[in-house]
Amino acid sequence: MNTKACIQVQKLSVKRGKSLVLQDIDCELAPGRIIGLLGPSGSGKSTLLRSIVGNQITSGGTVTVLGLPAGHKSLRHRVGYMTQAASVYDDLTVQQNVAYFAKILGLPEAEATRVIVATDLQEQAKRLVLDLSGGQRNRVSLAIALLGSPDIVILDEPTVGLDPVLRAELWALFADLAASGICMVVSSHVMDEAMRCDEMLLLRNGQLLAQISPGELLRRTGASDPEDAFLRLIASGGLDSAPTSGPSAARHRARVGGKPS
Amino acid sequence: MKRTVATAARVHGQIRHDPRTIALMLVVPSLLIGLMAWIFTDTNVFQHIGPAMIALFPFVVMFLVTSIATLRERRSGTLERLLSMPLAKGEFIFGYALAFTLVAVLQTVIAVSFAILVLGLEISGSLLLLFSVAALDALLGTSLGLMASAFARTEFQVVQFMPLLIFPQFLLSGLILPRGQLPGALEVIGDWLPLSHAIDALGDVAAGTEDSGTWASLLVIGGWILGALLVGSLTLRRRTA
Repeated sequence: MNTKACIQVQKLSVKRGKSLVLQDIDCELAPGRIIGLLGPSGSGKSTLLRSIVGNQITSGGTVTVLGLPAGHKSLRHRVGYMTQAASVYDDLTVQQNVAYFAKILGLPEAEATRVIVATDLQEQAKRLVLDLSGGQRNRVSLAIALLGSPDIVILDEPTVGLDPVLRAELWALFADLAASGICMVVSSHVMDEAMRCDEMLLLRNGQLLAQISPGELLRRTGASDPEDAFLRLIASGGLDSAPTSGPSAARHRARVGGKPS
Repeated sequence: MKRTVATAARVHGQIRHDPRTIALMLVVPSLLIGLMAWIFTDTNVFQHIGPAMIALFPFVVMFLVTSIATLRERRSGTLERLLSMPLAKGEFIFGYALAFTLVAVLQTVIAVSFAILVLGLEISGSLLLLFSVAALDALLGTSLGLMASAFARTEFQVVQFMPLLIFPQFLLSGLILPRGQLPGALEVIGDWLPLSHAIDALGDVAAGTEDSGTWASLLVIGGWILGALLVGSLTLRRRTA
């Protein structure tokens, strides 16, 4: 076990009804890195994130966060969480939303102003959330997740609906936060965003296909981009058997519709 | 306590951005009481049922507003977010209760002032006690609304809880037929329902006949409020499937 890991997931399983949403997930996540949680819709990304936050009823395994069971009372100040839906109050202004959550965290008004500036929402601060675009609403949600400089920030699809410029700015912000020692766990179903992560967890059908850096994934699959690499990984059933070149790789690409490399 | 107050202030902030809801909550009860007085012009019926109307409106309005507002918190994800933060369930529930009780007191002040000053309703007892009963009524509506929101998945469903939780109380409260004339089983049930006690207590205050029975009624209402808040808090779960 990596003693430096801030999040340790062991044999985690989650059942919803009769279906297994997560199956025997094992991973360890280190601080000071951007960890991308990537996979198609329905692969179990949000469920894994909710398990780390401690909001998910699990059916097996353990999740340890900063040395404590996920969801432990003393973690509620230390883990910032942005849900997939914006989860903000439409009928309050941006400032009122952020200030309210700051009060719940016992933080001063100045902290609300700080995260509003960090997420570039100064111009919208006095506007009702109801009147904002989807991307701006997401930024309000992100601002709330950043309140109080948490040790771990969990972001569920934070860049959905954002224009490319803003998306690039946010990823730069994530990099800055990670550089300050924060463990950033960011989910996305856009494989292009994988290259911005230090490390990736690749999920499909509730199973962890791989925990790997983007560069290593490309190298080991022989793919030219993360999407192709992901497709090759699915076709091969895992990293151990992922073909990197030759006829076998070509067959895999043809079978899953991947681009030729 | 700070988080309870912050939650109440946040709920008030949301209401302030919705002037139509404010107008409906504050004006409609007075209009309906006025309509009732108009229907029974030149009779003493309004003097009899006026206090009951004052008991009914804060209860019904707060039930509706709270159940829908709390359901919206559950569905929008804000409740999940709040419960992943250091907010106790009690702080959340009492924040809502505080916010809507204050609104209900304002609603009651307007309705009672209108009933007394414009419609000529005579209140012989303590006005302070009258407002206290009305505030308790509002808190009862809030607590039942919090509870109902836990058992509904949509706004349509939560509104259907009104006929289930409120109409029977109205029918068995003694307003339509004195409770003593109800079939035995219904009389017993009616005697334990909180709206019956609220109407009895307000009737006592209006007639100036407050006694130990009035205070016993307040205790029964308080018991129901605590019970509903307890059930409501049990339905707030930090971990969900």
